Amino acid sequence: MRKLVVVGYGPTAHRLVETLRDRGFDGRVTVIGEEPRPAYDRVHLTSYLSGTTLEDLTYDVPEGTVTRLNTRVTGIDRQARHVVTADGGVEPYDVLVLATGSAPFVPPVPGAEHAYVYRTIEDLDAIRKAAKDAAEGVVVGGGLLGLEAADALRALGLKAHIVEMSPWLMPRQVDEGGGAVLKQHIEGLGLAVHAGAGVQEVVTDGEGQVTGLRKPDGTLVEAQVVVFSAGIRPRDELARAAGLEVGERGGVVVDPGMRTSDPSIYAVGECALAGGMIYGLVGPCNTMAEVAADRILGGSATFEGADMSTKLKLLGVEVAQFGAMTGALDVTYMDPVGGVYKKLFISDDARTLLGGICVGDASPYTSLRPFVGKALPASPSDLLFSGAGANLDLPDEAQVCSCNNVCAGDIRTAVADKGVTDVPGLKACTRAGTTCGSCVPMLKQLLEKSGVEVSKALCEHFTYSRAELFDIVRVREITTFSQLIAEHGQGRGCDICKPAVASILASLHNGHVLEGERAALQDTNDAFLANIQKNGTYSVVPRIPGGEITPEKLIVIGEVARDYGLYTKITGGQRIDLFGARVEQLPEIWRRLVDAGFESGHAYGKALRTVKSCVGSTWCRYGVQDSVGLAIDLELRYRGLRSPHKLKSAVSGCARECAEARSKDFGIIATEKGWNLYVAGNGGFKPRHADLLAGDLSTEELIRTIDRFLMFYIRTADRLQRTAAWLESLEGGLDYLREVIMEDSLGICADLDAQMAHHVATYADEWSATLEDPDKLRRFVSFVNAPGVPDPSIVFESERGQIKPVMAR
Amino acid sequence: MSATISEPLTTTAAWTAVCAYDDLLPERGVCALVDGRQVAVFRTFDGAVHALDNLDPFSGAYVLSRGIVGTRKGEPTVASPLHKQVFSLATGRCLDEQGVAVPVYAVRVSGGAVEVSLQG
Ligand SMILES: Cc1cc2nc3c(=O)[nH]c(=O)nc-3n(C[C@H](O)[C@H](O)[C@H](O)COP(=O)(O)OP(=O)(O)OC[C@H]3O[C@@H](n4cnc5c(N)ncnc54)[C@H](O)[C@@H]3O)c2cc1C
Ligand code: SF4
Ligand code: FES
Repeated sequence: MRKLVVVGYGPTAHRLVETLRDRGFDGRVTVIGEEPRPAYDRVHLTSYLSGTTLEDLTYDVPEGTVTRLNTRVTGIDRQARHVVTADGGVEPYDVLVLATGSAPFVPPVPGAEHAYVYRTIEDLDAIRKAAKDAAEGVVVGGGLLGLEAADALRALGLKAHIVEMSPWLMPRQVDEGGGAVLKQHIEGLGLAVHAGAGVQEVVTDGEGQVTGLRKPDGTLVEAQVVVFSAGIRPRDELARAAGLEVGERGGVVVDPGMRTSDPSIYAVGECALAGGMIYGLVGPCNTMAEVAADRILGGSATFEGADMSTKLKLLGVEVAQFGAMTGALDVTYMDPVGGVYKKLFISDDARTLLGGICVGDASPYTSLRPFVGKALPASPSDLLFSGAGANLDLPDEAQVCSCNNVCAGDIRTAVADKGVTDVPGLKACTRAGTTCGSCVPMLKQLLEKSGVEVSKALCEHFTYSRAELFDIVRVREITTFSQLIAEHGQGRGCDICKPAVASILASLHNGHVLEGERAALQDTNDAFLANIQKNGTYSVVPRIPGGEITPEKLIVIGEVARDYGLYTKITGGQRIDLFGARVEQLPEIWRRLVDAGFESGHAYGKALRTVKSCVGSTWCRYGVQDSVGLAIDLELRYRGLRSPHKLKSAVSGCARECAEARSKDFGIIATEKGWNLYVAGNGGFKPRHADLLAGDLSTEELIRTIDRFLMFYIRTADRLQRTAAWLESLEGGLDYLREVIMEDSLGICADLDAQMAHHVATYADEWSATLEDPDKLRRFVSFVNAPGVPDPSIVFESERGQIKPVMAR
Repeated sequence: MSATISEPLTTTAAWTAVCAYDDLLPERGVCALVDGRQVAVFRTFDGAVHALDNLDPFSGAYVLSRGIVGTRKGEPTVASPLHKQVFSLATGRCLDEQGVAVPVYAVRVSGGAVEVSLQG
């Protein structure tokens, strides 16, 4: 059996072993990595600071791979064919692959040892920790990664500065004109830009605490956190010491088959010098891994160099560059007011597209990148001005996904030969779209162009969209899932269609979610009327309309939390979350809450959650209307309303907007004359401010308009589609919405009003109803055959004086 | 996450009665404690009963009994309530991720009672 050893366990090593496994390599594979965990997604590393878990980022270890983590390789003995590790171990190999990546370059300036770098989980942990006691931060390096790091500092609550040596930001991706527009965007985000400036010194006080960064001109940028992102250096030290050929400026020299100067040693990824180039992007690194895997399996694949197209991943700033950055001819489109700069480079005969730069609008990146080196698909001005790119027919060999090296032809083959009909299918079959995701819009276009009707089917059980099912249920007066699936679907449903149908039935008929057959349709949250958390316990959230609560009720919540040992947290929606309840405790907890006058807060359902409020005119010296009173009325009116996605709302008592009403699905701001109604804010991961639907409404007009807005949304939105995405998908947008619900252009308003009136009249608290029903209560046990026994797998430890789950593994 | 689970099962061939058949709601699960093991028992639409281990191998939480029961291409399934991976009730295999499976236990209805045997 052949022994393959891989040194370094980064994304490239992962892709290598995964490819080998997929292709049936039968030797022994050992991966030795210095970091304490298997490879993780570095491209999305920044999201770790905003809550993405390590688990989500970490790649699965491919089956049959032996891993040695936390282990650094310190030497290669090419004669004996083994590697030596820092702990004194020896690992023999027949084939060795170096995938040691690179290290951030830290310029040798005084004080540099007090700065951070931006590459690993540990780096980010350290930065996060340092940011806690800091007010300002500075990133050295205004490239792709430096901007990402600076934005991350900002998200950690720091005033962030970027220091860039070149006269403009991202000098490797944009030219001077683009740089100027980019600067505008970056400053718009609240980041301070110091271009054309180097670093003289990282300044510290007597105790070694960083106080700032001194520029060569002597000025000081005050900061308590300094991060270097000034380029990378390939980690070629092992290869160097073992006498392998390395480049003049570093990097392990490899041939097109990824072989080093020793035929039994390969090098891939950021440590490899391929064709005289170091590639610091995940796409080319993946291709190298695949080439090496193919060679190890006896194939003859070659690495031909790779596309260095890149796109900046900052919220709200689009910057992208593809292909070459010069050309005989160029065409520029510039709109300094709108912050858009687009430039295409073209061959001297004006026929071939060589490359492009986009700032502020990266749409040409997706649509034109595949045409690099090919005939221009339309006139350059059309391409730049009208964004004509969307309708282009790509040649088969055009690369669509550069992260995974997938061409248009591969996509077409998947559609034609393998019957793939949707984006998830394409991802599974070709890997396109699975890394940075920027090619997904292109994948959709290709699907549509291939004549695939992009299915709106909810799932394999229903060929209808949610909106169509809603109409079927309403018009045919269907009241059960069984009837619906028997008459209009196939099979017995799944976790996608069952909750969607449950929601439709609930919106149309109200009635208890656990009544009869409906019990089988609910997600665990609705089935237990509480929110499931990671260890299988549930959180309980009593409704606190408008955030107004009496001291007595506060005390009851405190007592319940104390008596059941629950973790307590005040939410962003002005409620109190109680975490860590076991299934069998839920009825007892709710018995006490219901007795004290609480009702279910529907924190578990796709339903109205909260209507938040500021203190309003009753207490606030600025308030012009009673925002608390209105918030309570609205929350009670819409409580329990089931919808395609959860709904949140807020009411502010004046234009100062203390309740942040414009970030909600519907938000209300008081005016001197009445209320302004904003709709379709929030947007989830793609934040969106709500749009003004109508101004100066009376309370009565306001409520009628919200009624109709909500019911029209509930009736026509897709499964899990937020109001923000729904509004964007409505042809005609806000104007159309106004016509429908304020001018009754479709003649459905009476119907919408009646539907809401029915909801309001038939609402009943789910928890008090459950407590009245012994049959339903019997379901609240951990074990059907041992109702009193708590689940022994649920274990807690404590943190900051409260419980926290301990997972079994 | 790709390891196939093949723990040795206990050798008690004995059947343990866990509840009355009528206690099971169609298309929902319950969890039973059998010899210290958490077993998820389901009743499907056609009246059949199935038993899987209650441990969701993806999340590490004991929750499979609380998932939504349905079908995929005719095969009876349950979706984990945490991250929605779908498992076959017939074989325990995960239909979303190759190489992952949960143990399946023998289950029968005898005289109105649901009985489980850990000897697969
Ligand atoms: C924050 C961040 C964001 C990024 N964003 C993008 C992006 O948007 N688009 C893009 O294309 N690219 C991006 N990149 C770059 C991309 O992540 C890299 O190109 C890719 O990860 C390179 O992978 P690698 O496996 O070759 O190297 P690495 O990821 O550096 O992995 C090498 C591993 O080897 C280990 N190692 C080194 N020497 C030894 C030794 N002697 N013994 C044992 N182990 C050793 C290291 O500890 C490391 O874990 C980003 C990088 C970072 C850091
Ligand atoms: S929004 Fe206006 S009324 Fe409400 S708290 Fe703020 S300042 Fe006061
Ligand atoms: S281009 Fe990055 S996933 Fe396709």
